[in-house]
Amino acid sequence: MKIDNSLPLEYSTGQNQANILGFWIFIGAEIMLFGTLFAAYFTLVDRTGNGPTGADIFEIAPLLIETFVLLTSSFTIGLAIHAMRLGKQKAMMAFLGITLLLGLVFLSVEIFEFNHFYHVGAGLQTSAFTAILLTTLGTHGGHVTFGLLWGTAIILQIRKRGLTPETANKSFIFSLYWHFLDVVWIFIFSFIYLKGLM
Amino acid sequence: MDYFDRFAVPHPSPAIYASMVAIGLTVIAIFAGLTYFKKWGYLWREWLTTVDHKRIGIMYLISALLMLFRGGADAIMMRAQLAAPENTLLDAQHYNEIFTTHGIVMIIFMAMPFIMAFMNFVVPLQIGARDVAFPRLNALSFWLFFMGAMLLNISFVVGGSPDAGWTSYFPLASNEFSESVGTNYYMFALQISGLGTLMTGINMITTILKMRAPGMTLMKMPMFTWSSLVANIIIVFAFPVLTVALLMGTMDRLFATNFFTTANGGMDMLWANFFWVWGHPEVYILILPAFGIYSEIISTFSRRNLYGYKSMVGSMVIISLLSFLVWTHHFFTMGQGALTNSIFSITTMAIAVPTGVKIFNWLFTLWKGKIVITTPMLYSLLFIPIFTIGGVTGVMLGMSAADYQYHNTMFLVAHFHMVIIPGVVFGMLAGLHYYWPKMFGFKLNDKIGKVEAWVISMSTLLAFMPMFFSGLDGQARRMYTYSESTGFGIYNMISMVGAVGLAIGFCLIVYNVYYSTRYASRDVGSDPWNARTLEWATHSPVPEYNFAMTPQVNSLEPFWDAKKRGHELFTGYYEKIHMPNNSGVPFILGCIFFAWGFSFIFGMWIPAIVTTIGIFACMAYRSFENDHGRYISVNEIQKTETSRGA
Ligand code: HEM
Ligand SMILES: [Cu+2]
Repeated sequence: MKIDNSLPLEYSTGQNQANILGFWIFIGAEIMLFGTLFAAYFTLVDRTGNGPTGADIFEIAPLLIETFVLLTSSFTIGLAIHAMRLGKQKAMMAFLGITLLLGLVFLSVEIFEFNHFYHVGAGLQTSAFTAILLTTLGTHGGHVTFGLLWGTAIILQIRKRGLTPETANKSFIFSLYWHFLDVVWIFIFSFIYLKGLM
Repeated sequence: MDYFDRFAVPHPSPAIYASMVAIGLTVIAIFAGLTYFKKWGYLWREWLTTVDHKRIGIMYLISALLMLFRGGADAIMMRAQLAAPENTLLDAQHYNEIFTTHGIVMIIFMAMPFIMAFMNFVVPLQIGARDVAFPRLNALSFWLFFMGAMLLNISFVVGGSPDAGWTSYFPLASNEFSESVGTNYYMFALQISGLGTLMTGINMITTILKMRAPGMTLMKMPMFTWSSLVANIIIVFAFPVLTVALLMGTMDRLFATNFFTTANGGMDMLWANFFWVWGHPEVYILILPAFGIYSEIISTFSRRNLYGYKSMVGSMVIISLLSFLVWTHHFFTMGQGALTNSIFSITTMAIAVPTGVKIFNWLFTLWKGKIVITTPMLYSLLFIPIFTIGGVTGVMLGMSAADYQYHNTMFLVAHFHMVIIPGVVFGMLAGLHYYWPKMFGFKLNDKIGKVEAWVISMSTLLAFMPMFFSGLDGQARRMYTYSESTGFGIYNMISMVGAVGLAIGFCLIVYNVYYSTRYASRDVGSDPWNARTLEWATHSPVPEYNFAMTPQVNSLEPFWDAKKRGHELFTGYYEKIHMPNNSGVPFILGCIFFAWGFSFIFGMWIPAIVTTIGIFACMAYRSFENDHGRYISVNEIQKTETSRGA
């Protein structure tokens, strides 16, 4: 393994650079995935059958909490990577931890929200609209859940091994993933919730 | 329905029981053989856990050939049923299952692994790399593909095969009209192997962008590498669409959602759209690497450089963009109105232009070339005219107004076989003969090879040309029989003869492999064809590290320059080489995915949860694993190189 010290740790080996490029390509695929879900959502949004419409079921309060929490977590993971670049392992782990905690809050509120949907008669089987709504939100939520597990694994590894080219690389890639989920949420927020509430 | 009834064969027939017995016996024979010859360790160490791109390529190749015969058996049964009017060899349900699995097996489990085989084997060699960018992920890709294929292949003896066509249109594919678990198999087999394909896509793009030998700029890449790059970019953008469509279809079937139903707001056409947004690019994923192989072969055996390199690259890029803009041509008749149809007609016909550019480039390469006719070259030369028939009829289908006449008739079936067989299958067979010496160190017999090529190509014409006529006369596709008064009998009888001819041709390939393994000379050197690109600059078979020293590239054809113009390909001295370690995780994860899919297919929720946890556990294991690979020492390299006569 050749280490190039003129580059940040996460870019310092050929394998690391390949990992990062590969992950960008993966994000390209993820964009297609969510793009397809959005396309399905826009196609089915008015096909509510006997079920409720978006305006009937969307609630402002949980939405704002979710949005606030997730956007903040995107900021804190940015700080974590910044700390990593400065070589401050403690600070980095703290910011990573905060990020995951915020993610957990997001997820809890989302579960609460799903529960609410179910109780106001918007179950998975109610209509094409509810199905695509819950599937799109669920796919994003599933990604966040996966992120929580992944992030925890990274924290454990940094604790054990310190900041090496490998752990730095993983953290950086994880941060890309997390930012990406945030971007998706912004689309969900604007085009599913706000548009639905209007 | 009783719980256990779902596992039973839906319509038992002697043939199916016979296949069950045959499968059972084969499995027992394999196990017994491995135990008797004490080969378990060898199998595990050298193949199941390998991360070497060349071995993975060879495993793809073997799978593809096996699936070719599985899909071929389906084809023969269909042609036999249709050979005579009012035939009763197969009933309607059985016929439905067979044309469905034929389509899936041939496209997803034969053609795809065939191109994956060559991409894996050839691309790293062509760009002078040691392996792909992510060797383990590569192994996982293979095992996911393989387990997906196995899932689909057990369907006909456990619970029933899918029966709604390889396109699986809803609402036909819903629980209401497809009651057996067959369509669940479809959803999971495609989902699992599709995940593998997506990972290959990411892996190959990264490999090609990051790991080229020094001096090889993008515009100095060999044409097959270019075609692989473009095909993989299409994979990355097209497969997620299939992922979502399959997810929605699965939910409709397992969780009673209303995506594609006709009640509660469901929209069946959404499936058709998503399917073809993936499906049309998919046919170009298949054909572009085949075009790449033809380019290599035609230039090698015309003994000159490829004509119009830049326009070749340009046309592929244009094809890749256009391929996402034509999907509606698959359902012109399903009511989207004249304006939409017209727009998609134009984009469809436009695709024929870059395709034509490529055809002319090959012709101009031949022109003024010193043509040497070997088996790979013969396949390539036969490809050009036959493929053109398929392409031209494609343009006919692309005219939406006329398509009302052709759609879903045998004319359409003739079209796509006339592009896929000469395009993809001939390409892969040409590649098989061309790269065989690189893979195994001896050539396949050229005489038998040429007989194969002639038998297969003439049989293709015999099998599919009559369908153009019966289709224009109104014979619908996917109908299990027809009456005598239609007059289709004679066309179908000719097709039957062609189908038997194809079967004979494919058996000849097997015979050729057998014959050449026994008798062919092992002394063919590393460059048996007098070729031009880097993969021929290393030994055959290729040592595990590919190149002892990283090659230096100066032009499009560095190896040719090394041979003819004194270009120094390898300079410097040996250095120790870093290699990844083998790993059992990809194989085990593949097995868990198999069980995972099977559990969902039958709605067995406890195993489904357990296997889901298993999948995450494997990923966690991989994440925490501390494996830095190993080094091959200079000594070892020297030994290998001298023993190979370097
Ligand atoms: C010259 C370029 C081509 C044009 C203009 C073209 C046009 C078309 C059109 C319009 C259809 C739909 C017809 C209908 O359903 O009525 C079609 C079907 C099809 N084409 Fe092509 N095509 C071209 C090349 C190819 C190639 C290169 C492949 C594969 C390698 C291919 C594979 C298929 C398949 C598999 C189907 C039918 C699938 C099904 O319905 O089951 N085509 N083509
Ligand atoms: Cu198409």
